Amino acid sequence: MTGAFPGDASIYAGEWDRFFAILIAISAIIVAAIFIVIVGFSIRYRRGSKAKRGMLPEVITNELELSWTAATAIAFIFMFWWVAMTQLKNIIPPEHPLEIHVLAKQWMWKVQQPNGVREIDELHAPVGRAVELIMTSQDVIHSLFLPALRLKKDVLPGRYTYLWFTANKPGIYHLFCSELCGTGHSRMTGRLVLMTPADYARWSAAQPGAEDLAAAGAKIFGSLGCSGCHAPSSSVHAPDLNGVFGHKVQLADGRTVTADEAYLRDSILLPQKDVVAGFEPIMPSFRGIVDDDDMVKLMAYLKSLPSKRDQP
Amino acid sequence: MSDGALIYVRHQDKEENYLQAGHTLASWLTTTDHKRIAILYAFAITFFFFIGGLAVGLIRLELMSPGGDFLTDDAYNRLFTLHGIVMVWFFLVPSIPTTLGNFLLPMMIGAKDVAFPRLNLMSWYIFIIGACFAILSIFAGGVDTGWTFYTPFSTMFSKGDVIAAAAGVFIVGFSSIASGVNFITTVHMLRAPGMTWFRLPLFVWAMYATSIVMVLATPVLAMSLLLIIAERWLGMPIFNPANGGDPLLFQHLFWFYSHPAVYIMVLPAMGVVSEIFACFARRRVFGYAMMVYAMMAIAVIGFFVWGHHMFVAGQSQYANLVFSFLSFIVAVPSAIKVFNWTATLYRGQITFEAPMLYALGFLGLFTVGGLTGLFLASVPIDVHVTDTYFVVAHFHYIMVGGSVSAFFAGLHYWWPKITGRLYSEAWARFAAIVMFLGFNTTFMPQFIMGYGGMPRRYHVYPPEFQVWHVMSSVGALVLFVAYTLPLIYLTWSLFYGRKAGDNPWAATGLEWQTASPPPTHNFTELPQVTAPPYRYHPEHQAPDAERRQPETVQGGEP
Amino acid sequence: MSETSPVLREPWPSVARQRMAVSFGMWVFIASEVLFFGGLFLAYAVYRLLDAEAFRIAARETDVFYGTTNTAILLTSSLTMAMAVHGAERGFRRMTIRCLEATIVLGLVFIVVKGLEYHDDLAKGLWPGPDFALHPAATQLFWAFYWIATGLHAVHLSIGIGIVSVITIRLARGTLPIQATAFEGVALYWHLVDTIWIILLPMLYLVGRA
Repeated sequence: MTGAFPGDASIYAGEWDRFFAILIAISAIIVAAIFIVIVGFSIRYRRGSKAKRGMLPEVITNELELSWTAATAIAFIFMFWWVAMTQLKNIIPPEHPLEIHVLAKQWMWKVQQPNGVREIDELHAPVGRAVELIMTSQDVIHSLFLPALRLKKDVLPGRYTYLWFTANKPGIYHLFCSELCGTGHSRMTGRLVLMTPADYARWSAAQPGAEDLAAAGAKIFGSLGCSGCHAPSSSVHAPDLNGVFGHKVQLADGRTVTADEAYLRDSILLPQKDVVAGFEPIMPSFRGIVDDDDMVKLMAYLKSLPSKRDQP
Repeated sequence: MSDGALIYVRHQDKEENYLQAGHTLASWLTTTDHKRIAILYAFAITFFFFIGGLAVGLIRLELMSPGGDFLTDDAYNRLFTLHGIVMVWFFLVPSIPTTLGNFLLPMMIGAKDVAFPRLNLMSWYIFIIGACFAILSIFAGGVDTGWTFYTPFSTMFSKGDVIAAAAGVFIVGFSSIASGVNFITTVHMLRAPGMTWFRLPLFVWAMYATSIVMVLATPVLAMSLLLIIAERWLGMPIFNPANGGDPLLFQHLFWFYSHPAVYIMVLPAMGVVSEIFACFARRRVFGYAMMVYAMMAIAVIGFFVWGHHMFVAGQSQYANLVFSFLSFIVAVPSAIKVFNWTATLYRGQITFEAPMLYALGFLGLFTVGGLTGLFLASVPIDVHVTDTYFVVAHFHYIMVGGSVSAFFAGLHYWWPKITGRLYSEAWARFAAIVMFLGFNTTFMPQFIMGYGGMPRRYHVYPPEFQVWHVMSSVGALVLFVAYTLPLIYLTWSLFYGRKAGDNPWAATGLEWQTASPPPTHNFTELPQVTAPPYRYHPEHQAPDAERRQPETVQGGEP
Repeated sequence: MSETSPVLREPWPSVARQRMAVSFGMWVFIASEVLFFGGLFLAYAVYRLLDAEAFRIAARETDVFYGTTNTAILLTSSLTMAMAVHGAERGFRRMTIRCLEATIVLGLVFIVVKGLEYHDDLAKGLWPGPDFALHPAATQLFWAFYWIATGLHAVHLSIGIGIVSVITIRLARGTLPIQATAFEGVALYWHLVDTIWIILLPMLYLVGRA
């Protein structure tokens, strides 16, 4: 594995380490201070020692107690604020990331690159650009842990979770599962392989199994009969899917949601759940017919559809 | 006020003590005496402590090398699950409240027993029945879900006996709730004349706060486990995503209990050490009122921070922020308590008997554990270290370095009262120091490993972590010695120890104003309380090195 | 320590205190029950929010006739229970016994009616699993809550019937004095069971029927 443990593969990891070091320093000072006071008092005020006892000094009053309580509260709230600022910087997903699909199952990681190339227990990614992992599980809850990036996210069955990063140091790093998932939990490990953009491009072109995911998705769309209802020429009243991804959708119960991966996935597997306003709940469920692999392709296809405004 | 004869006028020497009132097994198994019930619980939790310890002994042995040695992956998973379930629910949660709490609470408030003595006995039987289910699940091969029972693994995929284990925990939960109801009612309704709320010893307040959390939090655990049992046994699809079920809902329900549960495990410890610092520094506890408010604040705020266990679970970032904020806030009252315990030592006349050594150990280890809690309350930090050994180290610092140290402190402090015997002070001090050193050797390396990315619950691991694992396992061996020594010398003292007087520590509480061991009804006459607690020295003066009698005991002259 | 009474128990210094404590203790226990069922209700509420349509479809299959009948039975039993406590407070031994007996009978009738309802539900294929009668799959969530909630309620009711039976028998035999402190506590428990049902009624029977 590359580098000292746990590895340092992104600017964020460097910032994280500095942050962690400051917290350690503050904690060490506090522990040392309390330790010194306790040991000091224990020695100075041991039974029979000559130190002066007597009434507690007048400075010790209720107000003093309230003051140090308030001071502690303020210090902790300040720490929270400082920490939250860091958290908030990373709250918004990056624009136009490289999207890699991750499918976790007992006990392996199945990764699919945007050009269709598949990997098992390995995740190749370029440095220097934003990467977004779109993850789901086939069975139980797993968790993808990339210590060199100081990141982890649980991977759940039945929904998508996301992890995004911009790495800056090529190398080979640990990839762990960090949510107990059964017998093979501690063996569900792999490698995060970070490469320069040029190396990544070369690698990904050289892999077998590259395919145009969107085109494959279009084939599935046709073969499963989706165009039967969703094509503009259809006699069935069904929502137009052009440009659907990322746009706002008005639902029958009055809510407005954004059509992200989770919404599209639910629409295919649980179509009764969030019906679009103005349409009947007549779409059949494709659970058992569309598996996770097909879902990745359909998703790619739907994302590739231009919106009506963009069409000539 | 401090004349020895006046203090001990309250009992007759000829009255039999609670240990002599009936020698048959039946007299023990049908007792409603809170003191005997405390002893019954003590046997049960000691048994489970060593079961949980055996499990982790095997784990730490296995972890000395990176590959698998003598355990299969499945056996390893079942062992750490056993360790967690047994240590949390069959040792730590009951430990101080059902042993020291049961024994001392009525005495400290001047009562003859708890409010519902028969319910108290029933609590013990419920505990034993739950324990039987747990043992059943061990014999059935054990369970591999971790003590956290996450779905859908526990409901749909685990091949272990989840139902028996969940049922065992479900049942002992009712033992907790019953004890909580009993203690709350006791404190409200059975205080002796003159024992106002703000004259209560801090140990009583700690039991009270703990009982409130037990009564309100444990039922939610019961429901979470019931839903798992319903899904697994009756096929009810509650957490199955294929049916629209949400596995995350289980986590919310589970942690809604399990976070307050850690306060169930630490508040009693705080009560114990407050009593001990006062007695061995010969000073009243600094800032009594704030100590009370702090414990109640911990109990209340502790209900609102559960989401910090789910920062990477798929919870919204906005929820993460709220839970992070509240988690920082809940640390404030604990910090105040650390300041006040330290301040209690100021201008005292400190001696270092074993209870004090354990209590000082608690203070240091709890501070380290608590500070690392702030790390975990920070979302970005937590994202890296959650589900690694960093978290394991954090909670062991508080629950073992903190609560178990305090349990041993209290055990030694009240041993003379409970048994009428003195233990060997030299061996006890030695054991306390060995425990402190062994503990740090075991768990400090785990913080480092966790930062390095060593995930928890891993049977095999990358070789760069081995050096830390070896350190940790060596420490565990030292801890084993430290925990076994008291078992030996305390048992020895039962037969050969010097007889303790009524008040060998010259302490101020009501429990010390009756015989050691106490008579069945605790007091011959109802005490009248005329003084606040911890009046070790006159109000505006200092404790005296020579005079070992307290200035005022709580049940002063009527 | 000077009060003697057939009702006074250790460690209480007075019957008045003992009586207060029994009610107080029962209220604390009720708080734990609120959290217990509260967890269940929360889970129900979350799922109902996530898929209201499925819950509407599922809830149409509950039988409002059974639900209403059982509500009437249980509310009446709470009336008879309250009357029993009234009678005990005033020392009316026979009236108390009659009212307690009526409570037991009403409780048993509830269980019988529930049993008939369960039989009908099973015949309609409403036990979650591979043979479940309704679509979509999320309707199984509603019915899982139905069986768990009503089952738990029935368990609590049965325990209540058992306890009331014990005190009725002991009162009738004379081994429990009319001034005993137990009645208030038992009545509180009975009213708790009734209150849980009052929440279950709209949750399970009135969804989509407003």
